[in-house]
Amino acid sequence: MSSTLLRTAPVLRGALRASGVLKPAAMASMSFVRGKATLPDLPYDYGALEPHISGKIMELHHKKHHQTYVNGLNSALETIEEAKSKGDFTKAASIAPLLNFHGGGHINHSLFWENLAPASRDGGGEPDGALKKAIDSDFGSFDTFRKQMNTALAAIQGSGWAWLVKDKSAGTLGLVTRANQDPVAGPYVPLMGIDAWEHAYYLQYENRKAEYFDAIWNVINWKTVAARFEKS
Amino acid sequence: MVNISNLWQYLALQSPLHSTLSGDAFNLTKMGFTAHTLPALPYAYDALEPHISAQIMELHHSKHHQAYVTNLNAALESHVAAVAANDIASQIALQQAIKFNGGGHINHSLFWKNLAPTGSDETSPAAAKELVAAIEKTWGSLESFKKAFSATLLGIQGSGWGWLVKEAGDGAGLRIVTTKDQDPVVGGDVPIFGVDMWEHAYYLQYLNGKAAYVENIWNVINWKTAEARFSGKSGEKTEL
Ligand SMILES: [Fe+2]
Ligand SMILES: [Fe+2]
Ligand SMILES: [Fe+2]
Repeated sequence: MSSTLLRTAPVLRGALRASGVLKPAAMASMSFVRGKATLPDLPYDYGALEPHISGKIMELHHKKHHQTYVNGLNSALETIEEAKSKGDFTKAASIAPLLNFHGGGHINHSLFWENLAPASRDGGGEPDGALKKAIDSDFGSFDTFRKQMNTALAAIQGSGWAWLVKDKSAGTLGLVTRANQDPVAGPYVPLMGIDAWEHAYYLQYENRKAEYFDAIWNVINWKTVAARFEKS
Repeated sequence: MVNISNLWQYLALQSPLHSTLSGDAFNLTKMGFTAHTLPALPYAYDALEPHISAQIMELHHSKHHQAYVTNLNAALESHVAAVAANDIASQIALQQAIKFNGGGHINHSLFWKNLAPTGSDETSPAAAKELVAAIEKTWGSLESFKKAFSATLLGIQGSGWGWLVKEAGDGAGLRIVTTKDQDPVVGGDVPIFGVDMWEHAYYLQYLNGKAAYVENIWNVINWKTAEARFSGKSGEKTEL
């Protein structure tokens, strides 16, 4: 967890913890500079996921959408800080939905970029080692897992995400979906997420979202997912 | 008046009133289940240009709205079969699909009709004298209403709709409400007009610039339809 954030803004710790946002596991890949969230660099070029995800989608998604969540998160944090300094806790609490939405948006996209990779590099294929064993034992097979994930993605009514998660208390893998930008929290550690918002695919796939859900498996970075699994 | 929890039942019952709302024909199938159909757009796909592109309108109507209709029919058909088999678990499992796709069908049916071709008389608030008077009474001016409505649209987190509604009851005051995903307006409130804030409604043209979409949608609001819904003379069944 960013020590900078916590040192400069101790009040946020309680606010963030109370709102269920910004859990340590999710913080690993998030950028904070002087207590402010910043847009992380993509670990590859905008065009690097083509033809599965177009360069134009990646550029807008990262530079515009993710940036908007970063800005919204910072502005929510500022409002909370300001309200706190005036002792106006009602005002601070009223920001919770914005904190959840923009904070979740920042967390989710930060995790998403890193669990993708160009098909020519680490993207696609199937996991191996301990992660493969866990998927086989909890889903039956990788194929079954992939089918279940695609079914979950297709069943999202509106905007949201699907995640492969590890349930820390049970020690098992599972699938969860989240509405809008609700982050994965509680007993779940997010291992791999797929953005099912229309902005994630519409310019390329239009209404044919099933094609996007099929294509994205070519650019899943199993190295990242395995590293998250091992750390969890 | 039907509340949200039994919307599915309402839809499953195939009230003939709903065909008035969506303008669609009911086709009695051999299963005794009546299929919904995609209502025709009351204007050409390019009629809302340059505010909403023809490409968006065509995909939105012929693909997205069609998918809600198709999936609603599939869910209703399964529901009829589950009832026949006395399979309660399946009936319960189908409620969410019926609500989502039924809502999508109703919302889009209302939306197409509360939009009008660019430059047509219907797009002038002068076509809604009673409604505009009521709006001015509530928000002070049409401009401040538009500002409040636009801000509400831009505040929606995720997919959803913004609506101007006439509240149920004697007061029948005006109110701005939002509904998430494809939840329809319920509880007896009458939707006067709605704006689709799903990304598919604007993304191909406006990309992440949804504020520009919201600004431009005012150029194609059908005030004549709005007035008719407000005065209860639209001939549509706008409440569930
Ligand atoms: Fe996204
Ligand atoms: Fe219908
Ligand atoms: Fe729509």
